[in-house]
Amino acid sequence: MKIAVCVKEVPDAGPGRRMDPGTMRLDRSGERSLNSYDLNAVEEALRLKEAAGEGEVVLVSMGQEKALESIRKALAMGADRAVLISDEGAAGSDLVATSYVLAKALEREAPQLVLFGQSAQDSDGAVLWASVAERLKLPMVSQISELEVAGGQITAKRQTEFGYDRIQSPLPAVLAVADSLNEPRYPSLKGIMGAKKKPQDVVKLADLGVEADRAGQAGSRTTVSALNPPPSRGDTVKIEDDGTGAQKIMAFLVERKFA
Amino acid sequence: MALSYEFTEEQEDLREMVREFAQAEILPLVEEAERHEKFPVEILPKLGELGLLGIVFPEEYGGIGADKITECIFVEEMAKVCAGITASVNAHADLAAFPIYKFGTDEQKERYLPRSIAGEIVGAYAITEPNTGSDAAGLATRAEKKNGGYVINGRKNFITNGTLCDYCLVAAYTDRSNRGEGISVFIVDRNTPGFEVTRKLEKMGHRSSDTAELVFEDCEVPAEALLGGKEGAFGALMEALITGRVSHGVKSAAIAEAAFDAARQYALEREAFGRPLAKFQAIRFKLAQMATKIEAAKSLAYKAAWLYASGKPCVKEASMAKYFSAEVADWVTREAVQIHGGYGYIVEYPVERYYRDAKLASITEGTSEIQQLIISRELGL
Repeated sequence: MKIAVCVKEVPDAGPGRRMDPGTMRLDRSGERSLNSYDLNAVEEALRLKEAAGEGEVVLVSMGQEKALESIRKALAMGADRAVLISDEGAAGSDLVATSYVLAKALEREAPQLVLFGQSAQDSDGAVLWASVAERLKLPMVSQISELEVAGGQITAKRQTEFGYDRIQSPLPAVLAVADSLNEPRYPSLKGIMGAKKKPQDVVKLADLGVEADRAGQAGSRTTVSALNPPPSRGDTVKIEDDGTGAQKIMAFLVERKFA
Repeated sequence: MALSYEFTEEQEDLREMVREFAQAEILPLVEEAERHEKFPVEILPKLGELGLLGIVFPEEYGGIGADKITECIFVEEMAKVCAGITASVNAHADLAAFPIYKFGTDEQKERYLPRSIAGEIVGAYAITEPNTGSDAAGLATRAEKKNGGYVINGRKNFITNGTLCDYCLVAAYTDRSNRGEGISVFIVDRNTPGFEVTRKLEKMGHRSSDTAELVFEDCEVPAEALLGGKEGAFGALMEALITGRVSHGVKSAAIAEAAFDAARQYALEREAFGRPLAKFQAIRFKLAQMATKIEAAKSLAYKAAWLYASGKPCVKEASMAKYFSAEVADWVTREAVQIHGGYGYIVEYPVERYYRDAKLASITEGTSEIQQLIISRELGL
């Protein structure tokens, strides 16, 4: 079975993160790593491949060329190869443009399963998988906390606010996994030593047949019109501890029905 | 532009992996292991699975076939989290398994290396005795020929992994008339009758590493237990210990760095007289000195690792690295406690452990005095 895992390089979280007021985009300088939720998707793909005893795990990503440094971690974990769409013309793509580009790349790969992590830590949209599935006209299951693949179909347990859904779907399908699904493995040293030698294709938009006006700013339907810091919370209560601090905190929590 | 201070991308990725592993899998075990003086032996198979016990061993035995620099990165990141656990891991991989790879017969390699590298069996290494440390050739343990094999009698002290080991490399005289060169090395399986662990030793630092006193009493081993299949392997084995000295150079620098990181953070957070400690020159300069010394120690240690990995002579540099890093760690950890003030003296804060752990480096695997002796010899004095 061929499994594609969509992954993304994100800037490391930290207090220094900011939006660039000039481009109104996230400042992507500094330390970067693979989106940690994607590791659950990679892990699941590897487990499915290992259980089947055959197959291929392909990483599909869009980003700057240096994103390969982060993507290598998933190759070290055991993925077979990577396809990175890296093109100046893709910079600033919103959900609409990104899902179009990814769908084009996935069409070319034609996998039986497309896996996503639950969301990306930088943009935190948690909808990209839905748009990609829509474009590929494939069934889609999200927030999967248990997954079984057998007999040409998947059975998934989907976490919701009110309990679980048990969903069956034929293959091919697009799946977004919850971080509770599995515990991602550490890349082994052997995997690390071999990762760089695995195929890593960097492709341009034109290679995928993506028209210039369907990617980047031109292909996006959203524009950021202004950036403002979140308004301060007016009802902040500051408790100075004069020996009765603990009681005051308790009273505060009880009043708000937290305790 | 030949001088390079860059690690390869693979080495950087390894560093990240070990850092993540140590934070998630080792750190939660440290407090318990330190308090009860118990090496968490269950981590060995996990390290084995990740290839971290076989970094410098060839692939045919389940190793990775990487170099000393790569191994040092592993040691560094592990030691920043726990020096004691690192010591036990190093004793197993560097001191027990490595000499078997270097000097063992094919049968010995087949028998011990794959399982050691997988972390399925634990190795130890026993030279030191109650009455001999630095004067290694002064050891009293003897092995006499009997029934085609040998009978070992003697006591060994301060043996890392002593109570846990499945096998132990034991140095013993096979030819009393030949000081030094008459010493042979045996691989003794733990279940051999006459091989007893008589005492687990309580220590000042490195408490999460297991240290024991061993007794060999009429302990009969077959001729196949002789390391390399021939007598007198001890001298070569001692020379091979150079790899351990390089590791110690990196390890001590790592302990110092852990202490520095804690002290820096504390100095930024703790306030006195209305401003953070880090704003006082007495503390700023101390931290600047600490960082400088750590940088120097690390550079020297990695230079020794580079020489070793390149197959160049490094007897002098390996001893310098071990000696200098031990001194730096001693001083830096002490200053880190000082910066923490009263809290530095409290077990809840990690710096008191770093302080106790650092002291071992100037004593174990060749004292600082022995290292200076080697260095002065190398200087043609």
